[in-house]
Amino acid sequence: MNIIDRRLNPKGKSLANRQRFLRRAKEQIVKAVRDSSGKRSIQDIENGDKISISTGGVREPSFHRSASGGLREHVVPGNKEFVEGDTIPRPEGGGGRGGSEGSPDGDGEDDFRFVLSREEFLDIFMEDLELPDLVKQKIKQTENYSLHRAGYSSSGSPSNLNLVRTMRNSLSRRIALRRPKPEEIERLEQEIADLEAGGTDDARLAELRGELERQLRRSKVIPYLDPVDVRYNRFERVPRPVAQAVMFCLMDVSGSMTEHMKDLAKRFFILLYLFLKRRYRHVDIVFIRHTHEAKEVDEETFFYSAETGGTVVSTALEEMRRIIADRYPEAEWNIYAAQASDGDNMSNDNAKSAALLENVILPMCQYFAYIEVSQDYEGGLGGALGSTLGRETDLWRTYKLVAKPGAPIAMRKVRTRREIFPVFRDLFSRENATA
Amino acid sequence: MSMQMLDDGNKLIFEGADWDYDKIKRAYDAIERIAFDEMGLDIYPNQIEVITAEQMLDAYSSIGMPLMYKHWSFGKHFAQDETLYRKGLRGLAYEIVINSSPCISYIMEENSMTMQTLVIAHAAFGHNHFFKNNNLFRQWTDARGILDYLEFAKTFILKCEERYGHQAVERTLDAAHALMSHGVHRYPRKQPLDLREEQRREDERQEYNRKMYNDLWRTVPTKPGVKESVSAVENRKALLALPEENILYFLEKKAPRLHQWQREILRIVRRVAQYFYPQKQTKLMNEGCATYTHYYIMNRLHQKGLMSDGALLEFLHSHTSVVFQPNFDDPRFSGINPYAIGFAMMQDIERIATNPTEEDREWFPDYAGNGDAMGTLREAWANFRDESFVLQYLSPALMRKMRMFEVRNDASEPEMLVEAIHNERGYRKVRKALARQYDIGYLEPDIQIVDVDLAGDRKLILQHRVINRVLLDESDARAVLRHIANLWGYEVMLMEVDATTEAVLKEHTVSASSLLLS
Repeated sequence: MNIIDRRLNPKGKSLANRQRFLRRAKEQIVKAVRDSSGKRSIQDIENGDKISISTGGVREPSFHRSASGGLREHVVPGNKEFVEGDTIPRPEGGGGRGGSEGSPDGDGEDDFRFVLSREEFLDIFMEDLELPDLVKQKIKQTENYSLHRAGYSSSGSPSNLNLVRTMRNSLSRRIALRRPKPEEIERLEQEIADLEAGGTDDARLAELRGELERQLRRSKVIPYLDPVDVRYNRFERVPRPVAQAVMFCLMDVSGSMTEHMKDLAKRFFILLYLFLKRRYRHVDIVFIRHTHEAKEVDEETFFYSAETGGTVVSTALEEMRRIIADRYPEAEWNIYAAQASDGDNMSNDNAKSAALLENVILPMCQYFAYIEVSQDYEGGLGGALGSTLGRETDLWRTYKLVAKPGAPIAMRKVRTRREIFPVFRDLFSRENATA
Repeated sequence: MSMQMLDDGNKLIFEGADWDYDKIKRAYDAIERIAFDEMGLDIYPNQIEVITAEQMLDAYSSIGMPLMYKHWSFGKHFAQDETLYRKGLRGLAYEIVINSSPCISYIMEENSMTMQTLVIAHAAFGHNHFFKNNNLFRQWTDARGILDYLEFAKTFILKCEERYGHQAVERTLDAAHALMSHGVHRYPRKQPLDLREEQRREDERQEYNRKMYNDLWRTVPTKPGVKESVSAVENRKALLALPEENILYFLEKKAPRLHQWQREILRIVRRVAQYFYPQKQTKLMNEGCATYTHYYIMNRLHQKGLMSDGALLEFLHSHTSVVFQPNFDDPRFSGINPYAIGFAMMQDIERIATNPTEEDREWFPDYAGNGDAMGTLREAWANFRDESFVLQYLSPALMRKMRMFEVRNDASEPEMLVEAIHNERGYRKVRKALARQYDIGYLEPDIQIVDVDLAGDRKLILQHRVINRVLLDESDARAVLRHIANLWGYEVMLMEVDATTEAVLKEHTVSASSLLLS
């Protein structure tokens, strides 16, 4: 007999097969990823996911008999009451109470779910958006210092005293030098007291007294806590990039925003989030939606609830300013904003919006991206709305005034899903992205 | 005296759940003594390999073979198995054992020592003995050559992928896989299979084929209206060696437009299918033999004081869950468990050989009461496959014990009928029906290539002989036919013909998409 340990053999022997499978099932997987990214929240998109795909393209057909029709005979165990000649009602669907008719040799495969790794998921997700390579531009990164634990030191401020380490040192020193324990001294004193009361064994009494004296002396000589025991936590200042960013998603949710437009916007926000996530350790997202008034909401409400009402863009900018003042001091946060809109605005609000953007918002922002979403003309119908077909929208014209060279703002129009990634890349690939 | 006591105290081959190489060695030796001296087993040399759960999943998804060519379907099975495993819906098999010499058994590192002992008894002795001695395996498989052959197959397919592209190879493999169950020769060959020899002759064969005269190209369309004579049809069929039920074989040899490398891929898939063919026919016996063997050995280890009570209980727990047979009306029922019926039949044979009733003597005069349970079992393991084994050995006592009955389900009748039960009148009928449930020839549809329209458009004609009016699953059949058409290069027609009346019940025609050849 030979016994061999194969545990250290290279793992992932099936990796090549897995890749072949993914390639094979690409179409369905891309579709599944697309559907899934539509359904999932922005923060979740980075995790790998269980993807259900139909077995259509990955079915393995074989010649086998159909599951129904004809005459079949089965032997099954567990007869309780039947005798020869009894009849049994056929269960619904032709399946067998009397046997395993459900395709004995066929493969009745349903859709099945499997797990994509994070990388696989992102690959496919990005590919959906036709991603050649991610951002080229380096967004300005300011350095900041933070303190990192770096072992212990024998000097420091009392607030950094490491009690555990100090007591451990003390204990080991006391053990090594044989400092008597309080109980031991107590025991000696007790014994002496007993002997004094009984008073028979003087020799023993003298011995004990000597011992007690010696121990008391030892406990004085060997302190309970010595300066050599004391340890402090040591910290080191480590330079690190500013590790936090906040992203404001502003969206007009007035009745004119269709599901398609919201989907485009969502995809854009997802990309922005993924991009920021790669650069910062911590990214906050703030969702602000507005009609004629603006409100901070959660993601669910942001994307999936329908509203009607007039459109006053400046309310959203106001709300953003309020939240920044409240929770995101400019000095500590990198602030990004992306606004998605179909471009409608109350005409009397345009001047106010422009002023607000130029004087308040842009100075605080690292970058402000405005994408104007519109109907997919390939889908027909949308042409009638024609918001961006020929003429520029109110908002577009307004923002154009603000988007002077050097201002951290960019504007793009997006009509179809395909355009999202190129637009995104465009926005983030040049220093001064302008319309 | 103290020596004796020490000895007794140390008799256990292992204690506790953890395993190490030393314990495994000791367990193996103890098992080997029982297997050889008491059971008279005859095995290939053993090789036991310790692997992780992930590696077990790997092995699983490439149909249990340690090396296999690459194909997406293995990746798909891996993904499926993995999902089920991670969700905890399915445990892993405790063991995988490979019919090769040396016989390789995998054991998982996560197993407890009791489980390792069980696996060694089950796989390294039970299955191993069966592989080496059963006549189907002896005739059809070359245990020494299989791993080398798979190595060759893997490299060959890899090279093809490099030279002809992933897609072309994948399409060919897809087509071949779809025909796997119709890629075996069902009747024994004269010479034992030698895969190494096959491989060596490959170059020679290629050279010969290159020069070979292909009858298909000689055919010139005849004048319209001229009726083909009967003898011409016969002649043509003889030339093409029709009818042929091994579809892969026929395509490999006769499909006019395949490249040489594609023929070789068909050949590889055919070889693999052939290698697994005996396993398909002996599932019940193979598992029954292994289960009986481990049950015997584990109990003997305990009786001899080599295994603790705790270990025996742990073993019994997993043993009973393996041989559990739910009744037909139990929601857990999904057909007859081959472990359960196999084990029950082996035990039944032991009972009849050693302690028969009058009925047993009447039914099994050959061996009832012969006192040699092991010899009787070894003979059964060597000479039968599932179908003939059930037909020969299933006893009335066992049919009663499992309360078997036969149900006739005719789609043209409103209700199902209890055809026979476990009584005097029913024993033979039930037994015969159960045996047929294990007959591959009956389970798999009988499909043959019957003709090629050589004069016309080279249409390939297949025939499915329909038994009991059960037609093929249509969408799958069409998908497979498309694969055949792509390999053949021309149109393919499948006729479904009633086996008794010869009436044509259905026809499917599929033309080649020629993607395969582009």
